[in-house]
Amino acid sequence: MSASSITAEPDFFQHSESRKSSLRAWGNRILSIICVGLSLLTLIPLISILFLLIKNGLPLLSWNVFTELPPAAGMVGGGFGNAVVGTLIMVGLGLVFSAPIGILSAIYVNEYSPYGRLANTVRFVAKLLTGIPSIICGVFAFAVIVATTNSFSAWAGGVALAVLMLPTMLLTSEQALLGVQNAYREASYGLGATKFQTIARVVLPDALPAIMTGVMLAVARAAGETAPLIFTALFSQYWAKSLNEPTASLSVLIFNFATVPFPHQIQMAWTASLVLVALVTIANVTAQLVFTKKH
Amino acid sequence: MSEAIKTANSDEIQEFRTGTDFFRILCWVAAVAAVATLAWIITEIVQSSWPAMQKFGFEFLTNSSWQPNRERFGVAPFIIGTAVSSFIAILLACPLGIAIAIFLSEDFLPLPVRQTVRFVVEMLAAIPSVVYGLWGIFVVIPIIQVFGTWATQHWGNIPLFAGPAYGNSMLTASVVLAIMILPTITAIARSALVAVPKTLREGAYALGATRWEAILGVILPSAAPGVVAGTILGLGRAMGETMAVAMLIGNSSRLTWSILSPAGTLAGLLANQFGEAEGLQISSLMYAALILVILTLCVNMAGEWVLRYFQKKTAGIR
Repeated sequence: MSASSITAEPDFFQHSESRKSSLRAWGNRILSIICVGLSLLTLIPLISILFLLIKNGLPLLSWNVFTELPPAAGMVGGGFGNAVVGTLIMVGLGLVFSAPIGILSAIYVNEYSPYGRLANTVRFVAKLLTGIPSIICGVFAFAVIVATTNSFSAWAGGVALAVLMLPTMLLTSEQALLGVQNAYREASYGLGATKFQTIARVVLPDALPAIMTGVMLAVARAAGETAPLIFTALFSQYWAKSLNEPTASLSVLIFNFATVPFPHQIQMAWTASLVLVALVTIANVTAQLVFTKKH
Repeated sequence: MSEAIKTANSDEIQEFRTGTDFFRILCWVAAVAAVATLAWIITEIVQSSWPAMQKFGFEFLTNSSWQPNRERFGVAPFIIGTAVSSFIAILLACPLGIAIAIFLSEDFLPLPVRQTVRFVVEMLAAIPSVVYGLWGIFVVIPIIQVFGTWATQHWGNIPLFAGPAYGNSMLTASVVLAIMILPTITAIARSALVAVPKTLREGAYALGATRWEAILGVILPSAAPGVVAGTILGLGRAMGETMAVAMLIGNSSRLTWSILSPAGTLAGLLANQFGEAEGLQISSLMYAALILVILTLCVNMAGEWVLRYFQKKTAGIR
């Protein structure tokens, strides 16, 4: 009797266990399906955006849109050549202002006094600056330049973009310098090089591709921004003649044309979006390629 | 000959000494300038908002009328709008972001599929805000309008869904915001999940846990601070997001309970009114900007703090 109960027990035990475990297996499977489903759900907005960009943007895309001025309200034809030029000018200005400060302070933070109080403050401030809304960069440039010169200008737009680009530039440059092996520095010192020689001839050349990645990422981010430009550079119907007057940009053109009731303008907004997304993607991909070439 | 070498050397050293010092000073100046930028931004905004601060004081925060022609300014509706729109966006994006982060850190589907999803999420981060706005006008607004009319018919007695339903509404802006902050949440949550030591997972499997028992019982809890940090930083992004919101939310300063009616946010207010503002209105907008800066700085600092705390904690496990 005792023998039979011993043989019966594992049987019963196994049975209930297998039922329970099949329930667990099903729960497991269902959660997996939910998780995969939710992840694939994210494909929908991107596919929708890309599809509409191509469907609505491609018909108007031709060489003319890069050489002609924006059409007036309700008019047909034209392009956004001045906006492309304006975007390039202001991103360029932003780069000229922010790159030296960003890269040099990254060198100070990583090479001269990595554990100093100033270095820690710089890192902290850079983190805070990344979190500042882009429109605040515009507010700042408005207060500093537009309010004092009493005119909207490419300078103001450039300064706003520079503030926006600075933290990206600084943090990625610091990461780039951090990626340079210490053995290189020691070897350089061992050969009798000074600190400056080490930085200029060993550290910077090695870190350059990664620094360029940061620069390209900052450019990509700045090119797509509208909020810092909307009340600093404003917009212009004409080609940029000087940096002291309102300047058109692609992103502000999209904003202006998206909210008017004219079909042609709206279609032009899609075309401009297509060009803008292409520009940003090219900048991003270049950044990735430059980076992967190194590692 | 040895003398020649000596002089050349000392000359060179002299040259590089001054060069070194000069370069060090240059870098120091740049570092100070980077720090000064933040200080400059804040002092400039405080200075410009001074007249409005003196006139309205803290009533500015609680007053709910924004009438430039009568010089009456209060940002209560916009503060509430900022908070509510980012809260709904987080509510929508958080489960999705965590699900994608789990999906990316597990091996449900082969690596190429996961890489594609990761690429898609990164791509979502690269699309400019204004393009989201344009897409929202032509895709999300019609969908929300259909949903809104249905919701007001069926759930109309709930204040949140009270009619009439508009296309340019709080809900539209929040849905687009959710898509925009998804990459932030996903990226940080994913790196938190990946950072969980393998031994914990192996331990859970060894005790007989299924995959999801391990994920929900062991991996997710130990990555929780990182996931929370990602959510907080996503919240910070949502609060500061401007163009897409300005194009979709309807920019109304009327306070309602319904998420189907137009609302406004601080960032949207700035985007809409700065270009044509004058006098006290500029000052009041600067005051609003200051509130936005303080709010986002607080949220982001909280996020960074949680992230740092998490990194310290996991450093102890390894």
